[in-house]
Amino acid sequence: MNVAVIDYNAGNIYSVIHALERLGINPTLTNVPEQIISSDKVIFPGQGEASSAMAYLRERNLDRVIKELKQPILGICIGQQLMCAHSEEGNVDCLGIFDVPVLRFQPQRHEDKVPHMGWNALEDVKSSLFQNFDGGEYVYFVHSYYVPVCDWTVAQTEYIVPFSAALHRDNFYSTQFHPEKSGSVGEQILKNFLAL
Amino acid sequence: MLAKRIIPCLDVKNGQTVKGTNFVNLRQAGDPVELGRAYSEQGADELVFLDITASHEGRKTFTSMVERVAAELSIPFTVGGGINELSDVDRMLSAGADKISINSAALRNPNLIDEITTHYGSQVCVVAIDAKLEENGEWQCYVNGGRIPFGKNLFEWAYESQERGAGEILFTSMNHDGVKTGFANEALYQLSEKLTIPIIASGGAGAKEHFRDAFLLGHADAALAASVFHFGEISIRELKQYLTKENINIRP
Repeated sequence: MNVAVIDYNAGNIYSVIHALERLGINPTLTNVPEQIISSDKVIFPGQGEASSAMAYLRERNLDRVIKELKQPILGICIGQQLMCAHSEEGNVDCLGIFDVPVLRFQPQRHEDKVPHMGWNALEDVKSSLFQNFDGGEYVYFVHSYYVPVCDWTVAQTEYIVPFSAALHRDNFYSTQFHPEKSGSVGEQILKNFLAL
Repeated sequence: MLAKRIIPCLDVKNGQTVKGTNFVNLRQAGDPVELGRAYSEQGADELVFLDITASHEGRKTFTSMVERVAAELSIPFTVGGGINELSDVDRMLSAGADKISINSAALRNPNLIDEITTHYGSQVCVVAIDAKLEENGEWQCYVNGGRIPFGKNLFEWAYESQERGAGEILFTSMNHDGVKTGFANEALYQLSEKLTIPIIASGGAGAKEHFRDAFLLGHADAALAASVFHFGEISIRELKQYLTKENINIRP
């Protein structure tokens, strides 16, 4: 299987590549539109800052390429946020695949630490990404901004507020958490994505 | 709800774990990657690898070990020891570490915290603090692996680290370390009241109850231990079952 991992100067994409390699996939790290368009599956990973990431994508016309993809694509962490309409981080318009804004966590109590970092549970799971999941599975998060629960939410997690742990529309999938760092649960999610 | 984390810490010298282990199923008992994998399978939430090598050759060996950990394990891990400047951080993150921890270097050059977090974000920067409750009743920070008093107060330094951008504080109580009578819960509680970033408790674990107390009394976000796990005195799986029964939110 031909898997493209979009290279857009985001941090720590090697953990995604390693995770795919553990599943026997040899992915291509690329920012070349033709390579992305011709692959069977696309992963849009990363850590980073939204406005600089969007600027990088626009400079290379990758914003249009991503929006027009027909094969399954999985956005991870900032990848999910960039697939939404607008982000409070850097106050930037994003790809608009999911028509929902990205907001910053607002702590309500002293215990509400931002970033939300660590293992938290998935609830209300309803996507082929989570086939045979019961809800309650723990996955690893590191983020300060979140996508509210919306029409495309296919898994929720509660931290300060309930938010979208995963989204799905047509061929577009995304997770706020890092499946590549989420032990065997994360591995199963990546397997499910690759099997789509 | 966010789970409390259990973190085994592995001391690594010249590419091998230093403390002996009671793990019988390991192909190579001294291999940090094999030990890390065993912990991961038992349910460890994160791992910390501390490089205690002094030589240049040893550092290179450690870097290649970090690459192997990143390639083979699927949980987050922190590396520490010998990180003195931004280029060391870059080397560790490029090798695949999720976070780095800095200790003496940060006390000597606090600006290092600002530099790291500006470049890579707060979430990668763990500030480790070794501190001792002195006879005058004050918690003092120590450098060089707890050998030299630094003349800075634990709470002031922890707060300063947070304000400079640190993502987490790893606090080791030198009074409790190795004694196995529990963590420094009073100091942990004060830290968690004063700070808004996660606190990792370290030093003093000897029984399952000690972890419960670090979470319930110390309000710690995570608890770290070495020898009780290495020598098999406490298995992570049993510890997590116990903590779940004690109504602490834990990833199974």
